[in-house]
Amino acid sequence: MSVKSQDDESAITAAGNTVYVYEAPVRIWHWLNALSIVVMAVTGYLIASPLPSVAGEASDNFLMGYIRFAHFAAGYVFAIGMLLRLYWAFVGNHHARQLFMLPVTDKNWWAGLVQEMRWYLFIEKYPKKYVGHNPLGHLFMFFAITLGGTFMIATGFALYGEGAQEGHWSHTLFTGWLIPLFGQSQDVHTWHHMVAWGIVLFMILHIYTAIREDILSRQTMISAMISGQRTFRE
Amino acid sequence: MSVETFYEVMRRQGISRRSFLKFCSLTAASLGLSPTMAPKIAHAMETKPRTPVIWLHGLECTCCSESFIRSAHPLAKDVVLSMLSLDYDDTLMAAAGHQAEAIIEQVKTKYKGNYILAVEGNPPLNEDGMFCIHGGRPFVEVLKETAADAKAIISWGSCASWGCVQAAKPNPTRATPVHKVITDKPIIKVPGCPPIAEVMTAVVTYMLTFDRIPELDRQGRPKMFYGQRIHDKCYRRPHFDAGQFVEEWDDEAARKGFCLYKMGCKGPTTYNACSTVRWNGGVSFPIQSGHGCIGCSEDGFWDKGGFYDRVTDIKEFGVESNADRVGGTVAGIAGAAVAAHAAVSALNKARNDKNDQNKGDK
Repeated sequence: MSVKSQDDESAITAAGNTVYVYEAPVRIWHWLNALSIVVMAVTGYLIASPLPSVAGEASDNFLMGYIRFAHFAAGYVFAIGMLLRLYWAFVGNHHARQLFMLPVTDKNWWAGLVQEMRWYLFIEKYPKKYVGHNPLGHLFMFFAITLGGTFMIATGFALYGEGAQEGHWSHTLFTGWLIPLFGQSQDVHTWHHMVAWGIVLFMILHIYTAIREDILSRQTMISAMISGQRTFRE
Repeated sequence: MSVETFYEVMRRQGISRRSFLKFCSLTAASLGLSPTMAPKIAHAMETKPRTPVIWLHGLECTCCSESFIRSAHPLAKDVVLSMLSLDYDDTLMAAAGHQAEAIIEQVKTKYKGNYILAVEGNPPLNEDGMFCIHGGRPFVEVLKETAADAKAIISWGSCASWGCVQAAKPNPTRATPVHKVITDKPIIKVPGCPPIAEVMTAVVTYMLTFDRIPELDRQGRPKMFYGQRIHDKCYRRPHFDAGQFVEEWDDEAARKGFCLYKMGCKGPTTYNACSTVRWNGGVSFPIQSGHGCIGCSEDGFWDKGGFYDRVTDIKEFGVESNADRVGGTVAGIAGAAVAAHAAVSALNKARNDKNDQNKGDK
């Protein structure tokens, strides 16, 4: 099966071919994620290290309140998006499922991963083309977004539930067991903060590699996330 | 020893019925109960036999006892102690030596399965418990023996609840919280260093009045006092939401009483009743006095970096590091690596294109 699929892959990835890979919900989700992650990264930083004090009556200002509101709202968008995206993995095309599974039993995938690493270390002279994510990108996305994102949703709502207090769904679902699991609230804050930086790191690499492969691998990467079409240029 | 009721004890000690009823309604109020509960408390205290309490001291500093005896309850000094039927507390009792130790045995046999064990401090387990000796024996042995016949255990303070300072890294004596040594009894944790006096007396009063332990959260703390963070009820919260912070200890914001968040106040991560019950009879609490909360009722608060740092230090990455420094450094390195990688990629591409072109020419 694997040999056949590889042949298929190379046939599809021949120059001039265009494949419809990313369906509309996946693309909308991608850009909503991009937006919500940027909002959360900035506001999250400002929650841990607030802006200089504002002057005037406390009742005239709500700066910290708005910053926190933006963070929580973006968190809800991210969490609901993740749920809908998970739903789409079941009803969408087979590319929609890729993000949620690492084919660790597939030897070709591992070979592709090594090949991709060699390409990034400038050992391989020519890149391979993939219809979906390449194995290295797949690995990073799985850890940063699927696992990292889930971790951030769980710890984020655990912290949110502390303020929302007992009785709120976030307290019931997350706060109650997650805070004791980590030790105390401060530990959850620290982990939430660390993994946030991990996702920022992912974003830097993600954007760089997307641009790089768009140019060097001669296939659409950036426009593919807008139109959904992956075109192999040569 | 005939079994006395609380009321009889109080009357014997010269408390008038009027004072007694006053105490009952104040207790109802401090427990957040409706006024109709006051007669029920009075009735319970008139009819119920006193539940004896054995108060053991392990590795601790006695700040819990110091706090407890300052309970601003109207009848604290005489009545709460009598009401408790505090049969054994080596710090407060008159008896000493073998005479005192005999009382533990007496309570254990007479009230088997019916007494409350209050533990202040914790047992150190290293060197067979030799770091804390109680009446010539390791404290951990006394604790296990006394706990065996107890109805329930109250872990007073952060020592008994979490370990506190003696359990801070590297914990040389292996000081261990009570719930990790006694695993077969209901344990009520009343953390804090020390816990608030009124919280301590209220927990005891609740248990004696209703003959059951108060509702606990997942970590074993009474929800009525540890269900909310300091931050949730802090009177400086409006300054937090507004974005008005103290930046330096001597700045204008400090004088105006702005939020101490940036000064490392642990109110947002600390579950306790300080911002509602307050201390010393409701006079004040740390934040009201201009100093941030240090989170003394939280697990391992000694090992969570500086009391004055907002973002928690992460010692694994060096002494002076936290999430932002680690993350910022990694992101910076990644940015530089990306730039370098892009430059090499561009050079490679130019070279490859040239080679391909040459091949094409041939």
